Amino acid sequence: MKQQIQFMEIDGGPRFYSLLGAIGLFVLAGLAAAFYMEHNGHYVTGMSNQIVWGTPHVFAVFLIVAASGALNVASISSVFGKTPYKPLARLSGLLAIALLVGGLAVLVLDLGRPDRLIVAMTKYNFKSIFAWNIFLYTGFMAVVGVYLWMMMERRMNRFTTVSGFFAFVWRLILTTGTGSIFGFLVARQAYDSALMAPMFVIMSFSFGLAIFILVLMAACKWSERPLGDAILFRLKNLLGVFIASVLYFVMVYHLTNLYITENHGVERFILLDGGIYTQLFWIVQVLIGSLLPIILLYLPFTGKSRGWIGIACALAILGGLAQMYIIIIGGQAYPLEMFPGKEVISSFFDGGINSYTPSLPEVVLGIGGVAIALAAVFVGIRVLRFLPTSLADELVDPHYSTDKAAA
Amino acid sequence: MTDNAHTDTTRRRFLGGAATAVAGLALAPGVLLHKVAQARPADEPVSSAVRWGMLIDTNKCAKGCSDCVNACAKEHGLTGHGRPQTDAQWIRSVDLRDKQTGYTQTLPLLCQHCEHPPCVDVCPTGASFKRADGIVLVDKHICIGCRYCMMACPYKARSFVHETIDDQLPHSPRGKGTVESCTFCVERVDTGRTPACVEACKAENHNAMIFGDMNDPASEISKQLKKYNSRQIRADLELNTGVRYRGI
Amino acid sequence: MPNVMIKSGLLSLLAVAVIWVPALARAGDSLLPDVPEAQRRVSETQGCVEPTADMRRNHMKYILHQRDETMHLGIRTKQHSLEECINCHVSSARDAPRASSEQHFCNSCHTYAAVNIDCFECHADRPVAASGKLSMTPASLTVHAQTDEKPHAMLPGNNQVMATEGINHD
Repeated sequence: MKQQIQFMEIDGGPRFYSLLGAIGLFVLAGLAAAFYMEHNGHYVTGMSNQIVWGTPHVFAVFLIVAASGALNVASISSVFGKTPYKPLARLSGLLAIALLVGGLAVLVLDLGRPDRLIVAMTKYNFKSIFAWNIFLYTGFMAVVGVYLWMMMERRMNRFTTVSGFFAFVWRLILTTGTGSIFGFLVARQAYDSALMAPMFVIMSFSFGLAIFILVLMAACKWSERPLGDAILFRLKNLLGVFIASVLYFVMVYHLTNLYITENHGVERFILLDGGIYTQLFWIVQVLIGSLLPIILLYLPFTGKSRGWIGIACALAILGGLAQMYIIIIGGQAYPLEMFPGKEVISSFFDGGINSYTPSLPEVVLGIGGVAIALAAVFVGIRVLRFLPTSLADELVDPHYSTDKAAA
Repeated sequence: MTDNAHTDTTRRRFLGGAATAVAGLALAPGVLLHKVAQARPADEPVSSAVRWGMLIDTNKCAKGCSDCVNACAKEHGLTGHGRPQTDAQWIRSVDLRDKQTGYTQTLPLLCQHCEHPPCVDVCPTGASFKRADGIVLVDKHICIGCRYCMMACPYKARSFVHETIDDQLPHSPRGKGTVESCTFCVERVDTGRTPACVEACKAENHNAMIFGDMNDPASEISKQLKKYNSRQIRADLELNTGVRYRGI
Repeated sequence: MPNVMIKSGLLSLLAVAVIWVPALARAGDSLLPDVPEAQRRVSETQGCVEPTADMRRNHMKYILHQRDETMHLGIRTKQHSLEECINCHVSSARDAPRASSEQHFCNSCHTYAAVNIDCFECHADRPVAASGKLSMTPASLTVHAQTDEKPHAMLPGNNQVMATEGINHD
């Protein structure tokens, strides 16, 4: 008879605290960077009146998108009833909340007036997608929090499916809202597309799962808990599908624009002669951030190696960051099209490609957000029972006795 | 010297002597007589019966002329910091060249004070708002500096204050971490005067800019708009801009 | 500023303490704020635009109310406008204390009451005549401030304004 899955806090001790301390240093560095930016004003960053959203937003939006994606593993178990994923659902919920907190922290610390956060909480313009997102983000944390409670409290287990379904719908709306931040921007050539919303949803699947697999492998390794091939291979196969789906959406987005003459300029900029953005697109996003991980995940040799799976996940994350960079910064680098058919010159950089160089404080703030998310996960699995004591095949894999190779 | 006279009135006006200011500004009688008739009592709220607008005749804009731009910088104390990428510009001079024909022209570009402003739509706190009389402003008291409005503006009309500012002018408060843009010189308009750029353009005898109430059929701007063809920049967006152009 | 709004509640509490500050100040307690005299009285019978006790307790409410009315409705009455507060309560002398100083009218009391306001991050903290930006117009300096400071020294590299002046002088 099969053993029950047991959940247990990870051990404390010097190992835990030294690792937490190391993460904490990155958090502190991020906070210091934010203070430096706010104290001096944003002129000390690479951001300007041309590139108004910079590297902090790349990290923030990436983390927020990944957050909703990280919840997918839980959704697969609760909503779609796939029992092998059930032991992972708690960690999935925790990671989702942690990534969202990290992303929001970066977003808030980059505001011109972060001291007025209370204003954002008390004054709303309900036509603003940003305002909706404030509710979607805070609501997400509450909804996932309740979902975790239903999962972790035995007496509440019967509500797991309902709360899981609610969280799943919420996360779809959330990512739609995040994508619409760009999709609803009529002013800029690179945005203004309904495709942004579904593309962000599928991006969240990919980014969130890549981070989840890495966190899961690291947590199991460091806490010396078994992680069976069956569940890991399921996850990595799924990741491959998600990465390919993102590529499909990217392709449709560009094909649509390529058909529309007025968008040829921006397409030429991203795909052909945009310098760093073109390189990021073809080399980092498409080649090493999408095609390479797909190959690594499915090739018989690398696809069965944990090292290679980890590398594939890291590459997918790198590709995701590149994609975010191209969307957010590349989209602003291309000039506004105010006078079609005209060359435009002004002292305010109209008509030209806008330059942007990420500054150190921006990057440190962004990494600080990642560190906040990791620290939250780390403390979470230390104080509460998020992580199963074992994810060995004989416990997790429903086909264990019959077909070991099932993936 | 006119310089002295001009600045002297400026000072007195700031000190609160509105009547003195009106007398001093009689230098430009045509503008004033017309405007004074429309002046609204100080305790009366703005009304949607008025829609402030501006008509710019680009045929009268000389290449290299920056009188309106300079007047704006002076009026609002927009001193640069030697960092063109982050220094604020509320109005700028833009040179255009037709890619096919080579035809060149110059025009001033500022906040277009749209009837349906995208910046107002996207602002999460409502700091970006449109006054009843059509002037689009940033309430810097509740602006959190998210810059979403700058992402949304099709005219790149807005600037973010990238550094600490000292010695602001009393009528034009500005500060680090908030977004700002052309206000149509709202503090002038509220006291029955025209924006600084329009005043300067007229004073230099270019007469390329007309400011007035687009809802009032008797106003100069309405008559001109009715008589001659004019265009909105990015008219395809159907924002019904308050700034209209002739000659583009 | 909602900061101010939140803090205004706190200030109301502290106001009770502040009310009798002048009485004690006369007693010569050096810990109490030394609030500068206003430039003038609003009338023979009344010092400020509202009775002084009311102003001490409620000035922030008046200013905030006026702020929103001016900003959103274009109402520009002067009675409760911050600009007029400054014009009357702060000296227009060039070396008058700035908002960060404990000798500045607003900050003299706010420091004592531990109230942190951000008004002067954007708003002028002294009357227009003393405002440095007016030095952009060289004449105003020579006429009012009687300073031999070079007017252009106050302009940190703004070509646009320089250009204007060039035109004016021509």
